[in-house]
Amino acid sequence: MEAAPAIELEGLTRRYGERVALRDVTLSLPYGATLVVFGPNGAGKSTLLRILATLLRPHAGTARVLGRDLPGEGWAVRGSVGLLGHAPLLYRDLTGRENLAYHARLHGVGLDRAEALLEQVGLATRAQDKVHTYSRGMVQRLAVCRAVLHDPQLLLLDEPRANLDPAAREIVEPLIGAASGRTRVITSHDPAGGLADADVALGLRDGSAALLAPVREVDPAQVGALYR
Amino acid sequence: MRRAVSALLRKDLQLELRAPQAVPAMALFSITTLVVFHFAIQRGQVEGDLAAGVLWVTLLFAAMLGTSRLFVADHEEGGLDGFLLAPVDRTALLVAKAISMFSYLVVVEIVAVPAFAIMLLGPTPGAGALAQLVLVLVLADAGVALVGTMVGALAVQTRARDLLVPLLALPLLIPVVIAAAKATTPLLAASAGDVEARWLLILGLYDLVFGLLAYAVFDFLVED
Amino acid sequence: MTSQLLYGTRLRALSLLTAVTLTAGFALAFFYAPMDADQGFMQKIFYVHVPMAIVALCGFVFAGIMAIQHLRTRDARYDLRSYVAIHLSLILGAGVLITGSIWAKASWGHWWVWDEPTLVSFLVVFLLYATYQPLRFSIEDPERQARYASVFAVVAGAFVPLNFLAVRMAQSYTHPRVFATADGGLPDKMKLAFVVCLLGMSALYVTLWKYEMASKHTSAQLRSLRRKLGGDEAVTPTGRSAAPSLGTSQ
Repeated sequence: MEAAPAIELEGLTRRYGERVALRDVTLSLPYGATLVVFGPNGAGKSTLLRILATLLRPHAGTARVLGRDLPGEGWAVRGSVGLLGHAPLLYRDLTGRENLAYHARLHGVGLDRAEALLEQVGLATRAQDKVHTYSRGMVQRLAVCRAVLHDPQLLLLDEPRANLDPAAREIVEPLIGAASGRTRVITSHDPAGGLADADVALGLRDGSAALLAPVREVDPAQVGALYR
Repeated sequence: MRRAVSALLRKDLQLELRAPQAVPAMALFSITTLVVFHFAIQRGQVEGDLAAGVLWVTLLFAAMLGTSRLFVADHEEGGLDGFLLAPVDRTALLVAKAISMFSYLVVVEIVAVPAFAIMLLGPTPGAGALAQLVLVLVLADAGVALVGTMVGALAVQTRARDLLVPLLALPLLIPVVIAAAKATTPLLAASAGDVEARWLLILGLYDLVFGLLAYAVFDFLVED
Repeated sequence: MTSQLLYGTRLRALSLLTAVTLTAGFALAFFYAPMDADQGFMQKIFYVHVPMAIVALCGFVFAGIMAIQHLRTRDARYDLRSYVAIHLSLILGAGVLITGSIWAKASWGHWWVWDEPTLVSFLVVFLLYATYQPLRFSIEDPERQARYASVFAVVAGAFVPLNFLAVRMAQSYTHPRVFATADGGLPDKMKLAFVVCLLGMSALYVTLWKYEMASKHTSAQLRSLRRKLGGDEAVTPTGRSAAPSLGTSQ
């Protein structure tokens, strides 16, 4: 059992001009656990994920991810964090294989791992086609490959099951699901589904934590209340 | 870091070959500019300082085109995030993009300089003059590539990208224009002369200063 | 925010100092300094033109230093200092170009001459810094706007000396320049008038800078007080702006 938490946030604040995107968020998440983040659009979910991914720096408060302080030690954490955001971060004019090869090279990962992942998500036959010929589900599957290519300890997933049909969801589950053993932060708009998949729930509203509790103490109705 | 630079270059080369953003447009634009020059200055042949001027303005304007497109593919495809998430030094992006820009310029010059020689240049430079011309081109291209990378990275995040690139880059490149034009003038003159060393020194100094500047500020341009 | 009172202090004293030195400078220039043999009365414009140029350039360099500090510390106040400095230097720069043009017309008969390397370099620098405001305006995210503006100010600041060097070298010959007419320095009377004018112009710049800083600071404080008292609705949204915002105070 790890003594230190995987994520430790204290008073985390991030502004956008005069608007406050994240206000005073404090939470702690142990290794291997899953945090589900609920909240209406603009509540700060994506901002939180981006800060954890080291893409944004906090304006106030502290953030400790995988034992490293952000933003100062962000460089040390990058190789252990995987982000699957709204944008798939794939080049549409390159093939699936070329996209993964590019990311593999950047992360210092062998191309064989990329091939194995393509096989696992069922894209091996379409890997040499350009991404702009892919359906949305295929793009999402490829994006999942990209996110887990470097076997990250921490996975940050922004509505990962969007665009995926049930069959595809089953395929990616071992890579990004709870069974993968990774620490995860997932944003979700689905109260029941989100809670079922997680250990801790965070509800954001206008940047503040309106709800923070272990999942067993949270009622889906409470989640619904965030959106009103 | 070298691994990152080569990964970036490979990706950019694949993209440029697959969906050309910059090079064909730049090359074509340079030829068109030469034609426009012919009509604008109403001459069939130029030499010396006028020749140097026509050549460098043509190359510079083609460079502006390339600068605008340098970061566009990355920005549009959700960006630089893919690179920023990787455990690599941000400077790798600067190096890779500067090399890309430099290569674009070289390719354009391979097209534009002979075209210029055929269409507008009066005297025929000898081998020695050509070798010196190549030297001037290399030094000047390095400066243009560095400034172009910085301005390109800056402008891609703004709303008025295509306006800002020339407005920012052209004043910054004036020392390059001064030195390159002065250096090239004797090479293209009827009675060919040699490049004056001081212009090469200015170009070298410029490249050094802007290289250091780019290294210092680039991180601030790419982070979110 | 302990810097609250910093910008409002000494304004009266500074304004007085500026008024005194500038008036003294101009008086010296017009009545005390001798007429230049070559250029006549119009040469007097150099007492305005050159100090303005020197102060404007120092202003640009100062803005670059403030920008470096902003990038290092991420403190928005440095960005504001840099912004105001560039703003004022640009206005002075316009003055330099206008007075330079008048001087050129009076001395050489043309409204613009390419033979004056300092003037030409100044034109290039002016054109560069003139893009500062449009650049800021075209970036919506205030933090990114400030950051990019600082990068610009640093690069432009480093560019200024390089540019002057290059343009100087490009001139094949120079017109007799004011400092060269009496090599080894100006006659003492001219020197005195010039130095006082330079001091006056510097004082003017510093005073205007402090006034503008004080004004912007006060507006920012007013906004944050309004927000504290009335909540976010009490404050009108700023919309897009090129000016640095000092952000919310906790």
